[in-house]
Amino acid sequence: MKKFAAAALAAALMCGTAMATDLEVTHWWVSGGEAAAVAELAKAFDAEGDHWVDGAIAGSGSTANPIIISRILGGNPMGATQMNTGRDAEELIQAGLMQDLSEVATAEHWADVIRPASVFAPCQVDGKVYCVPVNIHSNNWLWLNRHVFLDNGLEVPTTWDQFVDSFPALKDKGIIPLSMGPAWTVTHAWNQIFVDIAGPEVQQEIYRDKSVDAVRSDDFKAALQAFADVRDSFDPATQTGLWNEATNLVITGQAAGNIMGDWAQGEFAVAGKVAGEDYDCLPGLGVRELVDTGGDSFYFPKNEDPEITAAQLRLAKLLLSPDVQVAFNLKKGSTPVRGDVDTSTANACMQKALKLFADPTKVLPASESQLTSDTQQQIEDLISEFFSDHSITVDDAQNRFADIIASAQ
Amino acid sequence: MRTTGRPTGFFHDLFLRNFSSKLAVTPMVLTVLVIFIGCTAWTVTYSFTNSRLLPSLDFIGFDQYVRLFKDSRWQTSVRNIAIYGVFSLTFTMVVGFLLAVLMDQKIRFESVFRTVYLYPFALSFIVTGLVWQWIMNPAFGLQESVRNLGWAGFTFDWLTNRNMVIGALLIAGIWQGTGFVMVLLLAGLRSVDEEVWKAARVDGIPTWRTYISIIIPMMRGTFVTTFVIVGSGIVRLYDLVVALTGGGPGISSEVPTKYVFNYMFGAGNIGQGLAASTVMLLTVLIILIPWAFYEFRPRRDR
Repeated sequence: MKKFAAAALAAALMCGTAMATDLEVTHWWVSGGEAAAVAELAKAFDAEGDHWVDGAIAGSGSTANPIIISRILGGNPMGATQMNTGRDAEELIQAGLMQDLSEVATAEHWADVIRPASVFAPCQVDGKVYCVPVNIHSNNWLWLNRHVFLDNGLEVPTTWDQFVDSFPALKDKGIIPLSMGPAWTVTHAWNQIFVDIAGPEVQQEIYRDKSVDAVRSDDFKAALQAFADVRDSFDPATQTGLWNEATNLVITGQAAGNIMGDWAQGEFAVAGKVAGEDYDCLPGLGVRELVDTGGDSFYFPKNEDPEITAAQLRLAKLLLSPDVQVAFNLKKGSTPVRGDVDTSTANACMQKALKLFADPTKVLPASESQLTSDTQQQIEDLISEFFSDHSITVDDAQNRFADIIASAQ
Repeated sequence: MRTTGRPTGFFHDLFLRNFSSKLAVTPMVLTVLVIFIGCTAWTVTYSFTNSRLLPSLDFIGFDQYVRLFKDSRWQTSVRNIAIYGVFSLTFTMVVGFLLAVLMDQKIRFESVFRTVYLYPFALSFIVTGLVWQWIMNPAFGLQESVRNLGWAGFTFDWLTNRNMVIGALLIAGIWQGTGFVMVLLLAGLRSVDEEVWKAARVDGIPTWRTYISIIIPMMRGTFVTTFVIVGSGIVRLYDLVVALTGGGPGISSEVPTKYVFNYMFGAGNIGQGLAASTVMLLTVLIILIPWAFYEFRPRRDR
């Protein structure tokens, strides 16, 4: 009851402030660490005199994204929203449904402070700025439990090939060589194997230029073959329902390795594991020194109320301020998008990533935004089928992949 | 009708005669026109366009359909719903009827049994799916429990076996649906006049023969109702798949509704999703129209 009274009082005070604007912000950050990170944003926004109305949507991005899009299309836009950067957002921008943030971006020199540039690129359409990247996540990691290898008299792999060579020995000991979670993690693993084995040039020829010849190349076939090798050694009975369960198999030593983004680090940290001692992380799966720069961005749907528009611009500015960037990313376990903030608290794995971010030749272009979600879904369907159905040969998969790319827009 | 003293004429006939009943039927007529016919027309029209995230009137002919029928996931979905439909319809109807007959033997505690059998139907498909997902999970469900009892070779891995996963869907679907069919058919059995039974007994007809030759034909209406309810449930199958298998392993337990939903909302390809739903509609019509002609044909013999 006391709490309620306090909340009512707070609400009353809030209404009293002339400047305060309620801004509904939708996102799908609902796990423990994520919610704590969002709370940092809300705290900072409220401290400026506005009011952050939290619109968390449970479920992953694939659940939340359709809800968010249909609200914007249905004429009931939220104040701001986390959204998958990519072609869907691009279509909304072209339909004139998104707030142009160029003014704030120029005033705050976003183009100069955000690094690497590939993080900011998807937010820029026709020279205007439509979204705010808030963090960098990289997908391209292989996580290994060191103890599993050492206890069984094996060397801890430092390359992908060494890791694959150890599969038979691991299976003999009853250890899952590579753990897998739900369907999206299978596609995720394929995406990493693809870019690392076939190389970023081939990936760009396929994703950016939609080159069918590149799909029919030997490099691409090698990537499919590598994925087929993983498939052949994989026991479907060990597939888990959630991504973090698959990561936990590695943490507890039931599995040797897991391909997952850098958010897996949070799971290792919670379990009290130390990078370099208990576990190893190989960027680019140990094939090549590469790191990609995915991440989360906030979009601001156009609104009729000028007060909300003003509040949107205030929030946009705030999201990229140095203090908020540090506070938010420390909780989120991701890397700040500004290069000019303190990152000395990052752990060994994150330090590896930071070193790679600094070298533009080792940063992969953002590939997620080059394909429509339609094409991504077709690829996911194909890869899921390929991974579970051993009767589909590498050649079949290559042909079908070529068909998808041929019809991609 | 001059004698009634009311004005007549075209306008009057069209709008004012039986005004209250016309007023009452208006919402239904509007619903049919706007929702059923209007939305169906919209769906079919846009299935011929290149609509992506937003609907557009950029017509591309049959391209969406060509892609749909070439798509391996769609082919799997259609095959799955056919298998699921045939097996679950047959099983729920046959077993549901047998249960109803047994229930009709004036047993003790009938209402207790009826409630127990109907309970699964009170659960949503999501709950059913999650419960069976735990039971059938090879790592900690039935398989592991039996193995722990000492039968080490026991295998029940339907959820992770791409050839058997449709069986897992059937188990959960049938578990949920049979009790409901039983209750509907039991109501039908109860509506048969006791005199019919007495007459059959007097004539010395065996009970099984009475059921097949007299009772079942008399329950025709109940069977048609049950068939329509169960059948439409099969076409709409979506939530059970999402909760139980998520379409996996791979794409081996995908169904058409999930395809429509994924492509319309997740993948932002409205044209493809509408083409798939148009095909679903056509399939239902192909089954329904001959049946309707048969059912409502003019009968000279009565």
